Amino acid sequence: MNTNTRVLTGNEACAEGAMAAGMRFYAGYPITPSSEIAEVLSGLLPKAGGVFIQMEDEISSMAAIIGASLTGTKSMTATSGPGFSLMQENIGYAVMAEVPCVIVDVMRGGPSTGLPTNSSQGDIMQAAWGTHGDHPIIALAPSSVREAFDQTIEAFNLSERYRTPVILLMDEIIAHLNEKVRMPAPDDYAVINRVKPNGPGEDYLPYAFTDTDVPPMADFGSGYRFHVTGLTHDPTGFPSTSHDNVQALYERFDRKINGRRDEIVSAEYFYMQDAEVVVIAYGSVARSVRHVVKTGRVQGKKIGMLRLKSIWPFADKLVSDATCNARAVLVPEMNMGQIVRQVRAVVHGVPVFAFNKINGAPITPQDLEKEIGEIYDQL
Amino acid sequence: MINYEQYLRTEKLPLIWCPGCGHGIVMKALLRAVHEAQLDKDKVCMVSGIGCSSRLTGYVDFNTLHTTHGRAIAFATGIKMARPEMHVIVITGDGDASSIGGNHLIHAARRNIDLTVVLFNNQIYGMTGGQVSPTTPYNAYASTAPYGSFENNFDIPQLVEAAGASFVARGTAYHAMPLTNYIVKAIDRKGFSLVEALSPCPTTFGRRNKQGDGVKMLQRQKDHTISQRKAESMPDSELNDKIITGIFVDIQKPECREEYQKLIDHKKGKGA
Repeated sequence: MNTNTRVLTGNEACAEGAMAAGMRFYAGYPITPSSEIAEVLSGLLPKAGGVFIQMEDEISSMAAIIGASLTGTKSMTATSGPGFSLMQENIGYAVMAEVPCVIVDVMRGGPSTGLPTNSSQGDIMQAAWGTHGDHPIIALAPSSVREAFDQTIEAFNLSERYRTPVILLMDEIIAHLNEKVRMPAPDDYAVINRVKPNGPGEDYLPYAFTDTDVPPMADFGSGYRFHVTGLTHDPTGFPSTSHDNVQALYERFDRKINGRRDEIVSAEYFYMQDAEVVVIAYGSVARSVRHVVKTGRVQGKKIGMLRLKSIWPFADKLVSDATCNARAVLVPEMNMGQIVRQVRAVVHGVPVFAFNKINGAPITPQDLEKEIGEIYDQL
Repeated sequence: MINYEQYLRTEKLPLIWCPGCGHGIVMKALLRAVHEAQLDKDKVCMVSGIGCSSRLTGYVDFNTLHTTHGRAIAFATGIKMARPEMHVIVITGDGDASSIGGNHLIHAARRNIDLTVVLFNNQIYGMTGGQVSPTTPYNAYASTAPYGSFENNFDIPQLVEAAGASFVARGTAYHAMPLTNYIVKAIDRKGFSLVEALSPCPTTFGRRNKQGDGVKMLQRQKDHTISQRKAESMPDSELNDKIITGIFVDIQKPECREEYQKLIDHKKGKGA
């Protein structure tokens, strides 16, 4: 075995990816099926001079990573459904105060304590709309263990670039899947760090309107004394309820993320050139879809997969473009149909079918073959 | 003689606090303490939650963080763990710290993490309109206790002492100079320190409980508090309606971030 090849679970790869991205502060509260991320990091962080702390709950975990990030330390937490719900208020704070951080949500069935040790893709909408208010968010979803590593780095890069919390939506199947992973060398991936101010402290505007819509961010303790609040604020960071300031602030939030979909959105095209039936999938479900596409092609069926690597902001144009020549679109999900609604909003003139399995068991190739067979019968 | 302006964002004045509120007095005590402790402004981080007291962070010229309701100590824990060289001071109220944030309060004390908490206790939810708080006395009135509070109240110093704090004191807005002294000591003590500052709220507590204006409420503080030293030699019968002030805990014990640093040094020394 190559020394750079390891057998890892998605959770372990996520922890390794965070270290590779330069994460040096983790605060979390144990919850299945995410706990191995904390367990691995409690061992790795002190060796790298970083900090691991097991907090008293998920609310404080989210608060602590925001505090740590304000000092310039890349920070993350990991949790699962019920814990993710508890974090929501402070995720909103991180959006409002524009504090980069990464939240890993290993999805299990819900609501409530739900299905602790089974898989789900039930938190797609919670990732976008779990906090109160109206704001854009970035969320990614890995489909393999290697991708759990890559996307954790990507999550940090996006959070640093756009000064925003980024959510990694991993399903339990990927989190606990053991796979052989060829580990990339540090030269093989980019690590992006937030832009810091360089002018005099008295001129620093922590929430300035800039060309990129992302203001430079000073570290607490570095000589730029500024105020951070969860209240709507003006470019100085102090509370403002002026209608003009408030409207401008929310519009900037929207521009900096929704306005840059092209830079953020990513997807994989699998046998899509001539696909008549396009299957749109993400997370572990894409693994079964891949198998079905391959076997379908052998049988002469023109099936293709559009695999969403990013979930939010939604790949509106990409989905619309990729399905315009299709005869049918199928969206299989381990929920009652969360992404399919997004797909239906942007696909016109092509029937969109949903396949929903929410019993904790994986969506299998057999499930999909049956479903696709029925779709073909209708065409 | 301290020049308060060097610590204030004077352009943000006037303060949001009501006439007669004790919070301004407590804020001055805090600034005197910071001055006396000779802290570098760039290395001070003041973190607050939600409520009247927590608006303080907007007025003072440090690294300041105005967080979510009850969570100031949790945000502060992240800052201190990530940057132990910072002097992290938490500004919080009685509802903020002991109700919605009660869990963080006891766990920070248990960890003995080096934070200085200044808890402004006005015995009521002031900014939200005078609802009952965990420190509202039994039988006192509040907007959600129109017939008088039927619950027992927290004694905050006892709570954090039991949870493991290394410095605990109680002062009042009336006794402003001892209060300053307590905060200086709290800043100096390596470990979890809490100073409870009793602060009159004539607008939402005093009015409902017929305690008069801010001056009358300060007079009441003078009449109803007694120093721990004096209290020791007094019979319980005379202490019935008294609130005891002073330093209750002042000890040294392992501090959370220093203990973690030992772990880092040990593990780094061994190599990854």
